[in-house]
Amino acid sequence: MNIHEYQGKEILRSYGVAVPNGKVAYSVDEAVEAAKSLGTAVTVVKAQIHAGGRGKAGGVKVAKNLEEVRTYADEILGKTLVTHQTGPEGKEVKRLLIEEGCDIQSEYYIGLVVDRAADRIVMMGSEEGGTEIEEVAEKTPEKIFKEVVDPVVGLMPYQARRLAFNINIPKDLVREAVKFMMGLYQVFVDKDCSIAEINPLVTTGDGKVMALDAKLNFDSNALYRQKDVLEYRDLDEEDPKEIEASKFDLSYISLDGNIGCMVNGAGLAMATMDIIKHYNGDPANFLDVGGGATKEKVTEAFKIILSDENVKGIYVNIFGGIMKCDVIAEGVVAATKEVGLEIPLVVRLEGTNVDLGKKILEESGLDITAADSMADGAEKIVSLVKA
Amino acid sequence: MSILINKDTKVIVQGITGATGLFHTKQAVEYGTNIVGGVTPGKGGTEVEGIPVFDTVTDAVAKTGANASVIYVPPPFAADAIMEAADAGIELVITITEGIPVTDMIKVKRYLEGKQTRLIGPNCPGVITPEECKIGIMPGYIHKKGHVGVVSRSGTLTYEAVHQLSTEGIGQSTAVGIGGDPVNGTNFIDVLKLFNEDEDTYAVIMIGEIGGTAEEEAAEWIKANMKKPVVGFIGGQTAPPGKRMGHAGAIISGGKGTAAEKIKTLQNCGVKVAETPAVMGETLISVLKEQGIYEKCVTHKK
Repeated sequence: MNIHEYQGKEILRSYGVAVPNGKVAYSVDEAVEAAKSLGTAVTVVKAQIHAGGRGKAGGVKVAKNLEEVRTYADEILGKTLVTHQTGPEGKEVKRLLIEEGCDIQSEYYIGLVVDRAADRIVMMGSEEGGTEIEEVAEKTPEKIFKEVVDPVVGLMPYQARRLAFNINIPKDLVREAVKFMMGLYQVFVDKDCSIAEINPLVTTGDGKVMALDAKLNFDSNALYRQKDVLEYRDLDEEDPKEIEASKFDLSYISLDGNIGCMVNGAGLAMATMDIIKHYNGDPANFLDVGGGATKEKVTEAFKIILSDENVKGIYVNIFGGIMKCDVIAEGVVAATKEVGLEIPLVVRLEGTNVDLGKKILEESGLDITAADSMADGAEKIVSLVKA
Repeated sequence: MSILINKDTKVIVQGITGATGLFHTKQAVEYGTNIVGGVTPGKGGTEVEGIPVFDTVTDAVAKTGANASVIYVPPPFAADAIMEAADAGIELVITITEGIPVTDMIKVKRYLEGKQTRLIGPNCPGVITPEECKIGIMPGYIHKKGHVGVVSRSGTLTYEAVHQLSTEGIGQSTAVGIGGDPVNGTNFIDVLKLFNEDEDTYAVIMIGEIGGTAEEEAAEWIKANMKKPVVGFIGGQTAPPGKRMGHAGAIISGGKGTAAEKIKTLQNCGVKVAETPAVMGETLISVLKEQGIYEKCVTHKK
């Protein structure tokens, strides 16, 4: 799960991790009010969307007086920002962060991730702040330093110190930097983050080490024990179809194509997208109905797929293991009757009770194209959609 | 022969009285798995399906001599259950549970360091040695006894591969689901090593997916060490970056973990990669023929 920058900074602040003073604003008046209460000479107006690259897209402006705050807030609020992370449709700005300007001396990068090869949390640092870390990793890998954390003791001060020295934080600010890193690590483990990225981390003229930006992502498997993090969820930032799917415990990801997919199992669902593409079709979604799909779940899945206007055909690919094909077939028939299907539907069933399942589909009198294998089904739906 | 489990494996079920645990326990018993006990704290001394239930894993091991455990307990309690099994000296712990927080798994991995316990999973279908022992949620009947090892990050995609093999008369030695989480107990290389040493495994099919670099590392290992042919498949060739494809581990981030990269590395290391999921079996058969071991691998009538 993602949250906004200002929310991330709220969490950091509560752990004593230095961030600039700032306030969230939902309207132009609130923005001006916030700037007034900050009372600083320079104010930064920052668009709050769940995507990086806001600066380049015109979503971050530096205002020198309240009039400018008003102008910029008015300009950015309601604007649709298109960045390399939003996709071509962009994202509408509904919230602003009004923040005090700082006297930046240098910019650095600090990030925490789970290193899958080490099975540990790793803190990464670089003196190349402000740029994409992937770019730094590619062009100048020697400028990235890592500290692998032992979960028994957590991040140790000597590791933070070593990292601070390695990335050339000025000697007189190393203590501040260590405090910052220790706090950030604590946030990561306490809040079950999957990524905590501070880019840039800055040193200021008045001797501070603080997070100018903050990107926190959270492990969705751990949200059951992170109620306060869940409060930060912004449904405006999510695809409505994905929200609907999550209510029914369906794993759904919206894509650009026109062939709706319904599959059991994440691996098979991905592979189904691949094979559709192989036959020159375009999947409209990833959808895993899970191992324990019921008639109700199948119906909901159908409704969600059909709510996508781009969908011109549906491919159901089920390998019934513990889940029986007849149950799936009944679900498909019931769903088709309930939602009234007007586009081609190809169903491939394999596994437990497959014959019974096929018989149910055949006898339903519905216009369902049966497929003998995964490839056969993909070929059929692609040609039906193109016809 | 086989790897990890066989007809002599004595299994306990942690979370045996829950709906999922109970359902799959019945299925396993029906398949012929030697389930010797179950663990549900507070229900010790009772029985389900004629199987004795214990309060602790230590008790269960002492009374039954179990050497393997399968875990169906809900995610908030799963890490604790794995560590309890390891502490009780269980050699093989197979965790089916999906949705364990990654920081819990980091602790589990640290805890297991230096212990004899091998963890498979979490978020996996389990392990099956056909016609001998089934531990997990896979449909038993699609598997046939034979000589091809299967290792995979995905459940239903494994069934797809196994089905394609069985339909062509190619049986399997053991099929291992290592799970779709970013931090798991056993990786591809661990399983490949076991298949490499197993006399009854003549070839291996390895099914990976986007996210992480486990397939790349396995490819390098295969090139340097594997004595047997390996065929691969990578799911998620069309998955967009930044989107988690169901499995917690299946995500392309920071330009890493793409299918294209994995396929390229596998091919460079001499692993033939099935172009589509529909030809995983076919691709393996073509390699068996090239190597002149096809006849040896046909164990059943088509």
